[in-house]
Amino acid sequence: MSDKIFQEKIDAEKKIEPKDWMPEGYRRHLVRQISQHAHSEIIGMQPEGNWITRAPSLRAKMILLAKVQDEAGHGLYLYSACETLGVTRDELIQQLHDGNAKYSSIFNYPALSWADMGAIGWLVDGAAIVNQVSLQRTSYGPYSRGMIKICKEESFHQRQGYEIMAEMAKGTPEQKEMAQDALNRFWWPSIMMFGPQDSDSPRTGNAMKWKIKRQTNDELRQSFIDKTVPQAEVIGLTIPDPELKWNEKRGHYDFGEMDWEEFWNVVNGHGPCNKQRLAHHKRAHDNGKWVRNASQAYAQKQEKILKS
Amino acid sequence: MSNLFTYTIRIADSALILGQRMAEWCSNGPTLEEDIALSNISLDLFGQANGFYEYAAQINGEKSADELAFTRNEREFFNYQLVEQTNGNFGKTIVRNFLYDSFIFLFYTELANSSDERISALAAKSIKEVKYHLRHSKNWLIRLGDGTDESNKKVQDALEELWQYTGELFEMDTIDTELMKKNIAIDVSKLRPKWNEMIDSTLKTAKLNRPEDGYMASGGKKGIHTECLGFLLAEMQFLQRAYPNAKW
Ligand SMILES: [Fe+2]
Ligand SMILES: [Fe+2]
Repeated sequence: MSDKIFQEKIDAEKKIEPKDWMPEGYRRHLVRQISQHAHSEIIGMQPEGNWITRAPSLRAKMILLAKVQDEAGHGLYLYSACETLGVTRDELIQQLHDGNAKYSSIFNYPALSWADMGAIGWLVDGAAIVNQVSLQRTSYGPYSRGMIKICKEESFHQRQGYEIMAEMAKGTPEQKEMAQDALNRFWWPSIMMFGPQDSDSPRTGNAMKWKIKRQTNDELRQSFIDKTVPQAEVIGLTIPDPELKWNEKRGHYDFGEMDWEEFWNVVNGHGPCNKQRLAHHKRAHDNGKWVRNASQAYAQKQEKILKS
Repeated sequence: MSNLFTYTIRIADSALILGQRMAEWCSNGPTLEEDIALSNISLDLFGQANGFYEYAAQINGEKSADELAFTRNEREFFNYQLVEQTNGNFGKTIVRNFLYDSFIFLFYTELANSSDERISALAAKSIKEVKYHLRHSKNWLIRLGDGTDESNKKVQDALEELWQYTGELFEMDTIDTELMKKNIAIDVSKLRPKWNEMIDSTLKTAKLNRPEDGYMASGGKKGIHTECLGFLLAEMQFLQRAYPNAKW
């Protein structure tokens, strides 16, 4: 009975709110997806955070730091959205540390030059936007509202990243080389951010029926590629895909085969930075333990004083 | 170098170096909320540094704000030694910032009356931010001091370690006295009693002991630093130094 009412609500484009009845599978799917999204925001702070202290101008430093700080804010919203489904942030972080929760594989690639700050903003935030714009219409209310808030900031990030790339592409020969190298390294991992091809994506079925996901991985990927190719042309950089070609009939770009073996390797923990990213997060968390304990002890003392 | 130029970059340097230290906390904070707060402080400090550097660049006309930040050597930096001290654990960062925030709050409050309009405007703008920084470091110091035995010990140790860098905050030199004649600079030695009061009352609330005045470091204003500044600059200035002809 409730199942039927629930599906009718979804079909009528009504949002599901925390107190509404929902199938257990729907709740589980959301917890997995939102927490994965939250962890991605937080782990995503690391590759860029790694360049804040080396940013080449005061302005660049402030923009980058503010950007990484935004990502922390996104993580906060998303953890809160997840908490409305009955899981605490501590539990979610524990799952991350135990290796039971995933985050976007893109952050398991190293940020090796300043141009990577451009490539990450332009491509990684760019890909995130395509996904998140689509998720603004997701059926779960708190998630949808979170996405609306987050998308505004993501488009700033994308523009700022593109600006760095553009600046470097028209800079000295060394800068242009750095920019092209960053694009070469980040292109394929970026288009793989949308996940496996629809034919290999087992969970797309229910997620589409429940309108958690509104567009398939392949649709989102295509829309990102169509948007990004002309942007690369404008600044004179070459996308590292010899098969990339405009297809008049489809009205889309055709593109080459992605390396799914690499994709699954990184997803399953065997990427260049998987260990490092997780270790960094654990270290910060462990180092902060005495601070959190002290804070709690102090709060308890104050409460006692107030009561007496 | 004119006195006004040196006076201005001294202020900018302390803001920049502390901002850089605070930026090192990004993605390393004890909680996500705190990570965001630490970044906020860092952003304020970079903004303050930028403002004072831009004015300095105008006074001197040789180097832009960015060149002042990214192409001067260690001996040409005039920040207080206190702000260059490494972050250590969160408690050490809090102690360092509290000692400094208390001082710089009083400093900007006085400096807002400077007869130099740009300096007075920059100081006035900074007061609001620094007030927030002071509240942040003070509240944490109290929480950590009066939290657990472990946290109390950690911040007490940090106090003992950093106390030696508080002496030079109140030192005056000829640049200060010359500019004081024109009512541009302020007399930092006069800030000491108020600073003492702020420190003593907070330490008492935080159940911490004020360290004895022993050896006091000195020299930041003359470009003499502790060994940790060189590493900070090497990291911060790497791109500008490695690609001197590049624009970013
Ligand atoms: Fe984000
Ligand atoms: Fe972003």
